[in-house]
Amino acid sequence: MTQTQLVETGARPAAVPAVSLSGVTKSFGDVKAVRGIDLELQQGEVVAFLGPNGAGKTTTIDMVLGLSRPTTGDVRVLGLEPRQAIARGLVSAVMQTGGLIKDLSVRETVEYTASLFADTKPVDEVLANAGITGIADRKVAKCSGGEQQRLRFAMALLPDPALLLLDEPTTGMDVEGRRTFWSAIRRDAQQGRTVLFATHYLEEADQYADRIVLISNGRIVADGSGSEIRALAAGRSVRATLANADTDRIAAIGGVDAIEVRGETVLVHTKDSDAVARYLLTETDARDLEITSKGLEDAFLSLTHEGDHR
Amino acid sequence: MSTATVDPTTRKVPPYGGLNATILRIEIKRMLRNRRTIIFTLVLPAGLFFAFGGVKGWNDDVGHGNAAAYILVSMALYGAALTAAAAGAMVAMERAMGWSRQLRLTPLSPVVYIGIKAMVALVMGAIAVLVVNVAGLVQGKPDMPAGRWLACAVLAILCTLVFAALGVFVGYLVPGENAMQVLGPGLALMSFLGDVFIPIDDHSSLIWHVAQWTPMFGVAEVTRAPLTGELPWYAVVNAVGWLAVFVLGAAWRMSKDTARV
Repeated sequence: MTQTQLVETGARPAAVPAVSLSGVTKSFGDVKAVRGIDLELQQGEVVAFLGPNGAGKTTTIDMVLGLSRPTTGDVRVLGLEPRQAIARGLVSAVMQTGGLIKDLSVRETVEYTASLFADTKPVDEVLANAGITGIADRKVAKCSGGEQQRLRFAMALLPDPALLLLDEPTTGMDVEGRRTFWSAIRRDAQQGRTVLFATHYLEEADQYADRIVLISNGRIVADGSGSEIRALAAGRSVRATLANADTDRIAAIGGVDAIEVRGETVLVHTKDSDAVARYLLTETDARDLEITSKGLEDAFLSLTHEGDHR
Repeated sequence: MSTATVDPTTRKVPPYGGLNATILRIEIKRMLRNRRTIIFTLVLPAGLFFAFGGVKGWNDDVGHGNAAAYILVSMALYGAALTAAAAGAMVAMERAMGWSRQLRLTPLSPVVYIGIKAMVALVMGAIAVLVVNVAGLVQGKPDMPAGRWLACAVLAILCTLVFAALGVFVGYLVPGENAMQVLGPGLALMSFLGDVFIPIDDHSSLIWHVAQWTPMFGVAEVTRAPLTGELPWYAVVNAVGWLAVFVLGAAWRMSKDTARV
């Protein structure tokens, strides 16, 4: 470990990004799980990492956690190598399953974890905050799924991490549980904690994240606020059968975002579907005209689907 | 955004790669409250000593002591080996449960983690040796000079590291809790072959020639050396050789496994 800590002096170190990935790829043999990701997360951001299963979310998170190394590119967490950041208790993660020893009690599990860090919050305080003081002496094997999840959170919050990674955090929670959970997460983000959560629910990402990073097939296909992502989904698609479509002419119609020509099929993404339809039906030989509106799910699907062809 | 920021330079790294007394306390407590561990590793060897330690000819001369002392040392080694193997096998079980992955998200270094498991194996081995020796004192038949008695006990504890490594190795080859189902009978068989349960007197027999190559043989000879007063070179080679085999085997399986921590 001869890496020096690249913490800029002079200016306030507020500029240190919580996470910084540059040109990161990861291959397992012939399989390219991550094909080139550049991403910077600022401190205090709540970011959703959205994508279908197998998109490369877990692989990327593993690299941020220092559990695996990128094939090429560089990963930094608060300006440090991921392992260095972990050693300082700057990063925690909560996984959905596993990660607990069944024959330890709840308190022993927290004590064990706490003993590994240079600085931690008091065990009793963490137990109380997680609402598991009452089951502190219970064996992990005898805890319900929800209780085990609260224990995982208690363990993750012990070192007061600056970056918290969550894998599908609210799976199995009811509406009230979700609301309480996210308001707690928001409060911590105000204190400067960065939260990156993986999910494949667009709705949850839209509702609770400051920023959505959409990943598909090992690449980032969209990155922006919920409303920016929604804007990508705004408008409608006009599809028609038309030979030799004049794409320049269509592009000149107001509101057109994108045109795809596949053989004799023309697909136009537009905010003004009426104008496109009027042009196609009155000035060309277009037939079989179809207008569809895209929901958020469609946007998600079309964005992630595009990634497949790159 | 009006958020505070975290200065990473204010955070400290724990000393000794995360090694501390709390973990050792919890790990040993955990071993001691496992009923199966207690029965197979502490009660069984002591019981075996009571069964075999008083057989006909117990007071025959063996080296600097008697036959009962020889059996005592052998049983102590057997108990310590079983205990250490059980402790070693837990490494693989913890991997399977995702605990190792959880630990990788803490400052604990993987080397220190294995070191802790080795220390737990040593402590448990020491308890097993102590139990069998107390059984011997209670029964009153074993006889050897106190210094040699102590030397045998210490050697038995040190030799358990061979079986802690074996436990880790087998734990990786046989998934989950089944590891002990293989290690238990396996160690018993090795003990029969390795001259631990029944002394093989006929040194020209086929079984003795086979025995010399088995993993229990070397450590058993080394452990009993203070009593017997002899330490054949091939026994030392056997002990060191098998230690190397098990440690390398465990390291090989572990390095294979890190791909999916």
